[in-house]
Amino acid sequence: MGLYWSFGTVLLLLAITAPVALAFGFGGASAARSNIAPLRWFGKSYIAIVRGIPDIAFFLFFVIALDQGLEYLRHKWKCPDWTDSIRQGNDFVVCTAAKLPLGNSPQWIHETYGFMLAVLTFSIVFGAFAANVLFGAMRAVPHGQLETAEAYGMTRRQTFWRVLVPQMWVFALPGLSNLWMVLIKATPLLFLLGVEDIVYWSRELGGTKTPRFTDYPHADWRMWYFFFLLVFYLCFTKVSELVLDRIMARLTHGQATAGGEAQRKAAA
Amino acid sequence: MEDCIQTIMDYGLRSQGVGERLLPRTDFTLCQQFTLIGSGMIWNIYFGICALIAGFFLATTLALGKTARSAWLRKPAEWFIFLFRGSPLFIQFFFAYFLFLSLKSVIPFFSPLTSAWLGALVVLFFNTSAYTAEIFYGALQSIPKGDTEAADAYGLQGWSRFRRVIWPTMLRLAWPAYTNEAIFLFHATTLVFFSGFPAKQQKGDALYYASYFADKTFNPFVPYPILAMYFIILTLIVISIFGAVNARLNRHLPQERRAKIKFRPQIIR
Repeated sequence: MGLYWSFGTVLLLLAITAPVALAFGFGGASAARSNIAPLRWFGKSYIAIVRGIPDIAFFLFFVIALDQGLEYLRHKWKCPDWTDSIRQGNDFVVCTAAKLPLGNSPQWIHETYGFMLAVLTFSIVFGAFAANVLFGAMRAVPHGQLETAEAYGMTRRQTFWRVLVPQMWVFALPGLSNLWMVLIKATPLLFLLGVEDIVYWSRELGGTKTPRFTDYPHADWRMWYFFFLLVFYLCFTKVSELVLDRIMARLTHGQATAGGEAQRKAAA
Repeated sequence: MEDCIQTIMDYGLRSQGVGERLLPRTDFTLCQQFTLIGSGMIWNIYFGICALIAGFFLATTLALGKTARSAWLRKPAEWFIFLFRGSPLFIQFFFAYFLFLSLKSVIPFFSPLTSAWLGALVVLFFNTSAYTAEIFYGALQSIPKGDTEAADAYGLQGWSRFRRVIWPTMLRLAWPAYTNEAIFLFHATTLVFFSGFPAKQQKGDALYYASYFADKTFNPFVPYPILAMYFIILTLIVISIFGAVNARLNRHLPQERRAKIKFRPQIIR
């Protein structure tokens, strides 16, 4: 049963992460374009840092860092009269009221909390990639368009929202669809974050039931479970590819790009 | 300082099983973390370099296969590329490990495949071949028509036509993208010990030791930045080597027509 639920977990993760990461990316990209220097530096370094370092290092890092960060903030807020230092040697100690989730809360809260941490981590990492794509797309919008908007007396804010943002999506779509593929392929990393996802269940169910004895109830089936996962991901990728191709075809229709031109010629 | 040299003597080659057997358990020093994570980098570099070199040849073959007219050559190449590019590397590692395990139980000859040094290398080799083949295929498609026509006009055929005209042009066009693939492959090597492959006697790669320290100290803010630093250095080295090759491949072209290498990794696979 857990295996079937875990497919739901993966799909839920994709459904939540994609829009949140897009929002983060949009924020990052607009920050990187801002004319307030600290905000611009923040945006640019957000994009740059995530790209130079192996992604799974990020996944491992953020989960602990976010967890401790949240607990630290709650600790400061809930237990102001705590005198001991939080880092005692190798231990990270906060008062019990600040524990996240609370020690006495039921199991499902623990699981949901772990899942939310995973979603947040995915969103931060993929937000940086999306920011990179959107930043490029914003620069690809023809400069004449922005100058025209200025000539009409629009403020910077108006230019951004009314001219730049509506036009950038066509340029961003190839990058974003690539990112979606990458996001699908990153979902097995959930396993590393301690969420009971499909990788976890494949290992559990496929493994020999009683490893202590030599004649098991069933042999080592993990190979077949993982083969099934492989096929699942291949099909998922193929379907997304087809859908994204269709969206792209619709978006390029009538656009003054090479793709649009090719479509026009094919029809004629 | 004395201590640190001693630590380097003890743990410098720990990832290869040389030196102190027990990993440090308490009172972790910065020096220990730097040394052990650096020692783990040996594995990342080993996997990266071997898979890159072997993958280069298979990728060329696959790319040529994908452009072949005969369906008997084209279809297998297309399927190979789709299989390895369409599924997560992480799942590939898991599947391969358990596949090798069951192979081993049938034929003992395959037992080295279940250990990381060979098994994971095979997976990485196939994986990078597929990604590189796609890059090379794209480059083969965009070889200027004039080049092949000139080769025909000179009466070049078969092997010498490929060796002297097609192949160098393909490499030149593919090189910037190939550089990113190489950087990215090094990043992907960190997955090895987190999938099925066991780290025998705690001989692991850089990320293995980094997460070991993070688990023991509950402090991710020291080991992961150290790991990041090592990887940024590695990335810079890869960029400079590939940049030198790129300069050589483009040496006959006028300055402004040369392809520039842009650091643009395609993230996770």
